[in-house]
Amino acid sequence: MKFENYMILEFPSKSANESFARAAVACFAAQLDPTMEELGDIRTAVSEAVTNCIVHAYPNDIGLITLRCRILKDNTLDIVIKDKGIGIPDLEQALKPMFTTGGFERSGMGFTIMESFMTSFSVTSQPGKGTSVHMRRKLQRRK
Amino acid sequence: MRFTSFLQDKQLTVALTGEIDHHCAKDYISSIASKIEVYTPQTCILDFQEVTFMDSSGIAVVINALRSMTRINGQLFLTGLNKQPMKVFRASGIDKLVEIKEAVS
Repeated sequence: MKFENYMILEFPSKSANESFARAAVACFAAQLDPTMEELGDIRTAVSEAVTNCIVHAYPNDIGLITLRCRILKDNTLDIVIKDKGIGIPDLEQALKPMFTTGGFERSGMGFTIMESFMTSFSVTSQPGKGTSVHMRRKLQRRK
Repeated sequence: MRFTSFLQDKQLTVALTGEIDHHCAKDYISSIASKIEVYTPQTCILDFQEVTFMDSSGIAVVINALRSMTRINGQLFLTGLNKQPMKVFRASGIDKLVEIKEAVS
């Protein structure tokens, strides 16, 4: 087994679950003894990814979001956030800072923040089938 | 969403609290916009001292407040930023658009 521990969550795309998702990941990550800053970065990135599912993947209905967290052997937290929503037609455009189709209450900075707050970040999407965001954060070992 | 606001000498101070995410951002945006519309202050200060977490939805809150203040030729300032919200503002570059003042003690 390449990973030490894991958890999988499934929840509907209701905005009340944004705070639940980031809190759940923070609780799971606690066993890696992260710093406050590392924990803040992880919570922010998870919040962005889950919000994207709620706003963009399922714009007119409630769908399922799957969140998988794993702890890899080198003190790395591995996170996958997946939906079965409408997908992203133009991924290159979606990844640009300040680009949003979400209207005035969105800033278009979600992907930029995930990318800058995590050690690695990638996104795959198939129009009509869904989107998957994969992020990793290597945590400093405190001795 | 829970916030307090007060007006003194044409300065509107809005103190935000708790966690700011997409779930509550819309309410913050419309409440701040209507306060600015009603009071037409010269300056508006968004106080983040009691904000414990913020994602990019907080950027939209600030951008919308900035729009409202620009429309009435007023100024917007941010204050009391904790580390986590500050990092989100820096990553977005909004710290170059809006002046961030130190926390008022």
